[in-house]
Amino acid sequence: MRKRLYRVLVALIGALMVLLVGTPVAAQATETPPPDATAIQVTLQDEANKDAQGNPKPISGVTLEVTKDGKKAGEGVTDDKGVATIVVKELGKYTVTLDEKTLPEGTVLDENTKDKVTVTVRFQGPNNRAIFPIGVTAGEQSSFLKDFAENLRAGLVFALVLCLAGLGFSLIFGTTGLSNFAHGELLTFGAVMALSFDQIFKTGGLSSVSVILAGVIAVALGGLGGYVQDKLVWGPLRRRGTGLIAMMIISIGLAIFLRYLFQYFYGSSTHSLSQYSDQQREQHWYYLGLSLADREAVIVVIAIVTITAVCLWMAKSRMGKAMRAVSDNPALAASSGLRVDGVITNAWVIGAALTALSGVLYGMQLQVNSFMGMRILLVILAAVTLGGLGTIWGALVGSMVIGLVYELGPLFGVPTSIKEIGPLLIMIVILLVRPQGILGRKERLG
Amino acid sequence: MDILDILRAALQQALGPQAIVFALAAIGLNIHFGYTGLLNFGQAGFVAVGAYGLAVSVVTFGAPFWLGIVMSLVAPLVLAVILGVPTLRLRADYLAIVTIAAAEVLRFVFGSVEMKETFGGSNGLNGYARPFQQANPYSSGIDLGIISFGRNDLWSLTVGWILVALCCLLVWALMRSPWGRVLRSIREDEDAVRSLGKNVFAYKMQALALGGVIGGLGGMFLALKQASVVPSDYSTLMTFYAFAALLLGGAARVLGPVVGSILFWFLIAGLGSFFSQSAGKGGWIPTVIMTDTQASVIRYIVLGLAIMLLMIFRPQGIFGDRREIAIDGR
Repeated sequence: MRKRLYRVLVALIGALMVLLVGTPVAAQATETPPPDATAIQVTLQDEANKDAQGNPKPISGVTLEVTKDGKKAGEGVTDDKGVATIVVKELGKYTVTLDEKTLPEGTVLDENTKDKVTVTVRFQGPNNRAIFPIGVTAGEQSSFLKDFAENLRAGLVFALVLCLAGLGFSLIFGTTGLSNFAHGELLTFGAVMALSFDQIFKTGGLSSVSVILAGVIAVALGGLGGYVQDKLVWGPLRRRGTGLIAMMIISIGLAIFLRYLFQYFYGSSTHSLSQYSDQQREQHWYYLGLSLADREAVIVVIAIVTITAVCLWMAKSRMGKAMRAVSDNPALAASSGLRVDGVITNAWVIGAALTALSGVLYGMQLQVNSFMGMRILLVILAAVTLGGLGTIWGALVGSMVIGLVYELGPLFGVPTSIKEIGPLLIMIVILLVRPQGILGRKERLG
Repeated sequence: MDILDILRAALQQALGPQAIVFALAAIGLNIHFGYTGLLNFGQAGFVAVGAYGLAVSVVTFGAPFWLGIVMSLVAPLVLAVILGVPTLRLRADYLAIVTIAAAEVLRFVFGSVEMKETFGGSNGLNGYARPFQQANPYSSGIDLGIISFGRNDLWSLTVGWILVALCCLLVWALMRSPWGRVLRSIREDEDAVRSLGKNVFAYKMQALALGGVIGGLGGMFLALKQASVVPSDYSTLMTFYAFAALLLGGAARVLGPVVGSILFWFLIAGLGSFFSQSAGKGGWIPTVIMTDTQASVIRYIVLGLAIMLLMIFRPQGIFGDRREIAIDGR
């Protein structure tokens, strides 16, 4: 039987709280005109009892007592917004105590909740901030099955995002043999470009399709970036006969260069795309027992359509066949009259565009920051290595496995804070037992 | 803008502890990459186990200080064997991927909440360096006019540069021995060496272990100097910076990594100081173009660009010989 824990959050309004809880609290803070005197503001909210918008329900009529050095310094009762303003005479350390008997019927403090908190009043005026850590540690009990469904959903979305980036990596690796350490930055590029154009469009008349438009532009720019990269850096190096290891080190330099360039323009903080915030998990779409938010459903559909299109294109079209020929044996492809350099340029454009798309989708699912690509570069590498470096089907299978392992691992004993190690360990083991991957062929191994 | 100030910041870093750590890591990498042709992208992992070998045995297991030092030498050796046995038969770029992944796994484990009892989580470990600090023979710091070091730094620097010198001597002696010649020939053509009856795998393993232990020495030095070990120090960037230092100085040269590391930190600190003076209040670059935070980032942009240009136009670095660089793989 699931025990329902009532969680009560008591907070002193301030910047810290605004950061943690978001806009609802801030709104309450402005609606209550504070008196001029020095005061402590307390808000009481029932975290277990939210309204339709997901805001916690305020608790009114609760008595709060403020004491200093054991002596009573003030008292207040929360109003219908759950806010109480208690005036104090001087600066110093105060203890706020909640009177449990005055809580409304049905609302109880759970076991981990304390009814006291210490506040240091440092400033004249009503804006004295601190956090009342009541009920924060108490979690709802959950079943394994519920967790499994939850993580399966996250894993599926992540796997598809990974799949796009993995396809991009595989296309480039297959045709050039380069393990591109700057691949993570191609992903970040897609995400930050989507962010920039989203910022431009979201205020104008196009605000309803702002993210979609920004995403399309980001993908196009990603492809262009691949073209420019190949023409400026990789193409000349290939013609000069630079070795693969040298190219790998150059790609590391490029990765560092791009990563800090993104940080230069976007800072090191996290940004979200404009339509991110109004995607509540309450608006579910149900598919095969998985509940997807609208945003996730869109990601899944876009990813699946794109992956199918790329696979068909690789299998049927002339250029797809040429690409496979080049990745099989560049010398033979060249001697049968294929323009190998053109094919490689194509691989760069399509690979970079796919990776940018993956960045856009990843930025929609999580958020955008300058280091997102670097963080999952090794996971991408794990995915393509598992499936078989340079093969399209390998990238698909590998990404699905790694994406699911990444999110489901914590349920089977992988510590949550380091869930990256699941994919990395799989990659190490695969490289040791079967370096060509699940679907790769032995002769690809040099 | 104060040129003297920039020079001071740059010199302080170029001769300071950071340069020593990266010099040791790069000497290790030089044995791997420069002499043997092994593409080890997990040098940060070796540095990390060197540091944690000391800290964990003293702080977590209460071992005496000298045993901690021994452990900090043994731990990279063990890591080299664990990594080497299965991976040394792989192609160069696969070896790179396995080592970088292994280093990241180590860093995640060291920083994990779940292993906090043993490794101290993201805050790391401290409280083991007292014997090192007590052994300090200096009574005061040193002032060299333009730069100055405090008493503790002076002691760390003395120990550190002696370590670097000893390692250089060791590399110099080993590389002119028959053993060193075998390593170089493995870099040039593995199959030819094998056909002469040499056990290539064993030589590679010895090279990996030796370079790893020297990297571990860097970790031990960092742990002693900082008096704390923090997992975030040992990210992949550490490996890449060590590579940059090595390539700058010149691979397959005894003094290449040392000069490279000194120059690397001279440039990084100099650029950092230059841009922090130029941007923000009182600088000549307007804030619209560059703010204070952006000024601290720009040196890494330059670094990335420098690695690319160096590898494209002068892969042998300052001292190296182009014919001695193992950059043609596949």
